[in-house]
Amino acid sequence: MTASFIGNTLIKSITLKLKPLMDIATNSPSLITTTISPRLAKNLRRDIKGRVIEFILMLAALSAVFTTFAIVAILLYESFGFFKTVSLVEFFTGKEWTPLFEDAHYGIMPLVAGTLTTSMVALAVAVPIGTIGAIYLSEFASHKTREITKPILELLVGVPTIAFGYFALLFVTPLLQKIYPDLPGFNMLSAGLVMGVMIVPYIASVAEDAMRAVPMSMREGSYAMGATRFQTALRVVTPAATSGIVAAYILAISRAVGETMVVAVAAGQQPNLTFNPTEGAATITAYIVQVAMGDLPHASIGYQSIFAAGLVLFAMTLGFNIIGHIVRKKYREQY
Amino acid sequence: MMNTTTAIKAESRNLDFFYSNGHRALKSINMPLYENKITALIGPSGCGKSTFLRCFNRMHDLYPGNKYQGQIIMHPDNTNILEAGVDPIEVRMRISMVFQKPNPFPKTIFENVAYGLRVRDEKNKRTIADKVEEALKGAALWNEVKDRLNDLAFNLSGGQQQRLCIARALATDPEIMLFDEPTSALDPIATANIEELMSGLKEKLTILVVTHNMQQAARVSDYTAYMYLGELMEYGDTDTIFTRPTRKETEDYITGKFG
Amino acid sequence: MQASTTPAKASVLSNLNAVRTMIRRHKRNDIIFASIGLIALMLALLTLVTLFVDLVLDGYPKFNLTFFSDFPSRRAGSAGLLSAWVGSLLVMIVTFLTAVPMGVAAGLYLEEYAPKNWFSDLIEINVSNLAGVPSIIYGLLALGLFVYGLDLGQSILTAGLTLGLLILPIVIVSTREAVRGIPVAIREAAYAVGATKWQVVSDHVVKYSQGGILTGVIIGMSRAIGETAPIITIGALTFIAFLPPSPITDVAPYLNFEWLSASFTVLPIQMFNWLSRPEHAFHINAAATGAIIILVTLLMNGTAIWLRYKIRKNIKW
Repeated sequence: MTASFIGNTLIKSITLKLKPLMDIATNSPSLITTTISPRLAKNLRRDIKGRVIEFILMLAALSAVFTTFAIVAILLYESFGFFKTVSLVEFFTGKEWTPLFEDAHYGIMPLVAGTLTTSMVALAVAVPIGTIGAIYLSEFASHKTREITKPILELLVGVPTIAFGYFALLFVTPLLQKIYPDLPGFNMLSAGLVMGVMIVPYIASVAEDAMRAVPMSMREGSYAMGATRFQTALRVVTPAATSGIVAAYILAISRAVGETMVVAVAAGQQPNLTFNPTEGAATITAYIVQVAMGDLPHASIGYQSIFAAGLVLFAMTLGFNIIGHIVRKKYREQY
Repeated sequence: MMNTTTAIKAESRNLDFFYSNGHRALKSINMPLYENKITALIGPSGCGKSTFLRCFNRMHDLYPGNKYQGQIIMHPDNTNILEAGVDPIEVRMRISMVFQKPNPFPKTIFENVAYGLRVRDEKNKRTIADKVEEALKGAALWNEVKDRLNDLAFNLSGGQQQRLCIARALATDPEIMLFDEPTSALDPIATANIEELMSGLKEKLTILVVTHNMQQAARVSDYTAYMYLGELMEYGDTDTIFTRPTRKETEDYITGKFG
Repeated sequence: MQASTTPAKASVLSNLNAVRTMIRRHKRNDIIFASIGLIALMLALLTLVTLFVDLVLDGYPKFNLTFFSDFPSRRAGSAGLLSAWVGSLLVMIVTFLTAVPMGVAAGLYLEEYAPKNWFSDLIEINVSNLAGVPSIIYGLLALGLFVYGLDLGQSILTAGLTLGLLILPIVIVSTREAVRGIPVAIREAAYAVGATKWQVVSDHVVKYSQGGILTGVIIGMSRAIGETAPIITIGALTFIAFLPPSPITDVAPYLNFEWLSASFTVLPIQMFNWLSRPEHAFHINAAATGAIIILVTLLMNGTAIWLRYKIRKNIKW
């Protein structure tokens, strides 16, 4: 025991001393074999292999950092070209967005208005339905109902958004036109409504997670006072899970703001400074799609404009995501 | 100490309890709870004392598959609170509970105590304020919190939180109060506070307390029940149980030879 | 004592009657809310069913084999999906080869190797941030970096790489979750018989977490198949009535990589293309394509969910 301990320490100290050497001359086994015994050399080769593998794995992990960096760099670089032509003041305060016209205007406000309007319609649908669904799943549903419902919600999340775009344009809009005949074929209302249904599972599952994180002892405390399920859900569990539920909403806004295909297909592609959902209007994402569909020369102002629009979109979603994660972290720490 | 004229507030008759996995946690328990007295349940962990306590407010109904057999009769109305036709909510409105770990709600001190009243649809602000004050006084917490009733309950110390939970349970004038190891998460000073409180409370109501601390049982209770492996081994007035237990097992447990 | 019982009993009983009335009212609220909750969830499910049925009914005339063997055409009636499904398949190959090795390696690094310091925090923040970046932003990244920066053009390689980066966070997160589920005891057992760290990771950790990783890969791939926005953004919305060169040839070395730089179309792009036409006849094609895409993604997601369910049932560490 003592002998082996001393032996191990010896090997360790030799390895340690040799490490700098190996780092410089990893490809010179002769150096190693001439200085130490074959058994130790084998250990060293193993060690080198382990370090190389670790390095490769680390490079793979760094790809995430690289991707973020590349996104920011590309958006900034191309936008920089754009802002050489367009002043920031015009960009943020201009009320017209017509970069591809002869008489070009570069005010992002109409696109932001379209993005916010469709997102608000979506949230008006998704927040109540998603929250009620989450409360039901977490506090009312039997184990079996939950086991069946949650996978179905996951399936709903997996449906490609282009299919929802079709649904909004060719199913929901005609349906709404029966009730409201003046509704144009492209409108933010049906795009927003469909987007809302799309986001429901997202809110439901994040909010449900938050509610289930509320300790059982708190529910027992409420039931022990003679409360019903509904009273417990409304008066104790929901307040206790507030930060998680709010995080679900914020992350959902980020989703809605970045959603592309539904709005590109169903909300129209005409920039329109309005908050009236019964009108058609382009969102930031729809504008990017519209430009990309055409054949714009590289490095033209139109080409650069989609990066400037993309930068605004990225900043908006990043902001919401960061706030959402901070809020969510808060509830995780709470219990 | 045994007073023959004391009324029985509740009694269990041939009570069996099965968890959803089929485990029989209680075996034919017969035991009275005397009105305005404190009854202590002692025994090694896993003996079923908490299971037994939680039968009294049908807490086991929260988890599917649990099954009661036998009766718990409440007096003076002779209701068998375990009967299928009796709503567990009705039982919980009559019998309140204080848990092992303080479990205040994420609300203000005031709203925590008012919770039971709100659940009972009490709308009158005056009544609620009066009841909250009364309950906080009853739980010996009023002087410490009267100036910060709108603070979050989480900001209180552990001992204060537990007294808040007692106030919460008191505010609705329960007939019986259940204490499930109420001091196991508290320091000795807070423990002494709560024990003193319990002794005062029995003027108004009937108390059943689970404790793993024999000194506590000896200090606060009028009657003591020793449980082991789901069975009621011995029951009697506390002095007798602690000085002249009839069964060897009880004596071994009390003297610390076992458990 | 007898005398005091009767009035006490009467008061308890009258009190009980009031309590019982109140409980009945409360329970009615319970039932009302439970019904609303169930309806809310059903609404989401019902939309999915309506959507699918709508697509199937609208696209019904196109459900035949020639739809899969025809190229797109100016005439809606004879237009088919051949170049689109072949394109999707080839793009998915590139996506798979990008996202799976990189994602699994990154996941393994973060769980097994990374020291807990600012460096691993940085990577972790980036992974969770990337998961929330809108897909169209990946399109802009690809347009600036792959199409023009690296001059890969609007090719299958560009699209595959883009979607690979897009689903990378999904693969990383699912790898980490799967690996985290393996108990320390298994690792210690392997170390105890003299395995190196990499032997422990490759022979044990990866092996036992295969199922969980596979689940994440399937979900990621199904997401990639349905993604439209980033592919449009790289400028791939063109009329493609030919197939890329075959990856397999009949002369040695039997492999050919020209297809990587070929222009292409994929299923969701083809659907969007048809959907943006004003003529109703093309909408039928779009509906049929939509039904096929949904079917494929539902099948993939369903498999993944089933797989995860099975893993949870079988493994009891």
